[in-house]
Amino acid sequence: MAAKTQSRARKKFPFYIVVFLAPATIIYTVFMILPLIDSLRLSFLSNDNNQFIGLQNYVTLLTDPLWKDQFWNAFKNNVVFFVVHMIVQNSIGLLLAAMLTMRQLRFRSGYRTLIFMPTMLSVVIIGFIWKLILSPLWGISESFLAFFGLEQFFQPWLGLESTALITLALISVWQFIGIPMLLFYAALISVPYELEEAAYVDGANAWTTFWRVKFPLILPTVGIVAILTFVGNFNAFDLIYTTQGALAGPNFSTDIMGTFFYRTFFGQQLQLGNQAMGATIAAMMLLIILAGVIVYLFGWQRRITTYEV
Amino acid sequence: MQAKRGSKFSYWFGEKAVPHIVLFTYMLIALFPIVLILINSFKERKAIFKTPLAFPNAETFSLDGYATLMERSNFPLYFTNSLIVTVVSIFLILFTGAMAAYALSEYKFRGNAILGIYLALGIMIPIRLGTVGILRLMAAMGLVNTLYALILVYTAMGLPLAIFVLTQFMSQVPRELKDAARVDGASEYRIFWLILPMVRPAVATVAVFVMIPIWNDLWFPLILANGEKTKTVTLGAQQFLGQFVSDWNAVLSSLTLAMIPVLILYLIFSRQLIRGLTAGAVK
Repeated sequence: MAAKTQSRARKKFPFYIVVFLAPATIIYTVFMILPLIDSLRLSFLSNDNNQFIGLQNYVTLLTDPLWKDQFWNAFKNNVVFFVVHMIVQNSIGLLLAAMLTMRQLRFRSGYRTLIFMPTMLSVVIIGFIWKLILSPLWGISESFLAFFGLEQFFQPWLGLESTALITLALISVWQFIGIPMLLFYAALISVPYELEEAAYVDGANAWTTFWRVKFPLILPTVGIVAILTFVGNFNAFDLIYTTQGALAGPNFSTDIMGTFFYRTFFGQQLQLGNQAMGATIAAMMLLIILAGVIVYLFGWQRRITTYEV
Repeated sequence: MQAKRGSKFSYWFGEKAVPHIVLFTYMLIALFPIVLILINSFKERKAIFKTPLAFPNAETFSLDGYATLMERSNFPLYFTNSLIVTVVSIFLILFTGAMAAYALSEYKFRGNAILGIYLALGIMIPIRLGTVGILRLMAAMGLVNTLYALILVYTAMGLPLAIFVLTQFMSQVPRELKDAARVDGASEYRIFWLILPMVRPAVATVAVFVMIPIWNDLWFPLILANGEKTKTVTLGAQQFLGQFVSDWNAVLSSLTLAMIPVLILYLIFSRQLIRGLTAGAVK
């Protein structure tokens, strides 16, 4: 009987399944997966004669004095960029979400909509807006600080090696804070009100209720926000390119993996583009991102207790 | 008595006032830079520097920047390019994505789960990392500096998330409906067309999701289509801003022009978008 139905199913090949799946699978494979594999393949070839040279490009990237300083500089800057996002963006995002989910809050959707607004705009626009605002030429920031009597602290932050990277990270935080805010918001509104009420009856105030009752329940979202931040940051490019150019000035102090990749692949000024090294850097970025995803999947998602509510 | 009043005050303060203070302050921080650019783009040069915080008035009002923009740049063309690329990509993503999502949610076939995971890989792996390969492929196909290159790449970029979200929604459509249609002799394609309107809210949400990164992208226009005829608004604005750094009127008005369409669309669709984001996150 079983064999019979199976042979009948075989005879009538479900052609329509192929029709449904083919267009998306083909476009995705041809324009995303195959180029990715091609990039990986190129990272094992010599840039001069396309000969297979094994891991030589990776060895060059990590040990050659011409490359390794640039690579580690970009990597280190990228880590700083990420840490600023994790600390500032995600904690303020959580705070705003906690405020937004207070009971009987008026103007809730108004706040939500307006705070999310910068996230919608192009990074190019945001980069330029802040470049203008921080420009000593316009002097907006200086007079703003003067209002609080702090004008002596004004500096051209984007132009100084010591402050440019942090300033850019904070601009990016300002733009993307809406994403963690909304993700935390969505998680918090799904916490049943009875739990909150029970804690309140037991004498807990809003602060304790939040950290003891609500926060443990939204731990899965904390992980999602962290991994999204990680992938987004190690793939960032637009903001640095727009405000500081491909050379990620001053003196490469704002160079991150994305700008390093772009500069290597396309070249700039006197340096010619290098396809194989570009592919190698992209492969390193892929490794970094995969490492982050694996840490998230096995180090966080598997370990935390998920409560069914 | 005293203690009770004190706790009442702290309750009022903590539960009612603090959220408004925090949210309102942050709202000002979020909006101030945007408003600052908008108001100054309508002022004459002297006023931009002298009274940057003032709204334009009869004396300071000027459209100089916009005039420069119309004369010296191809903004209307850039807008058209962005519009074509975004609309066509979204259509392809939604149509092919919905078909694939339907097959994944409806049919039990060998490799279903693996194909689902394969198609979802692109949610986490940024397509930019394949740029070297993409540029080679587009060069081989003769598509460099055409809008086709952008459309194909953006379609591939948007599909993973679209398929993932739509599969979730498609699998919630009651089985009885489809089986009833099958009994009536409807073909599988016909059933797909019947199901599609039922997941319309999900389709609309996905459309808004995938639209923003496509419209705002700088990377692929810069690499695949940086010719004057194929520039998108984002790339056009970036290069125009680079050239006209010292012309503050032009810079401010080009920023305003590039922002306005997105802001208007956002204010119209914000409810839908935020509902989609929050619904997606709960899953």
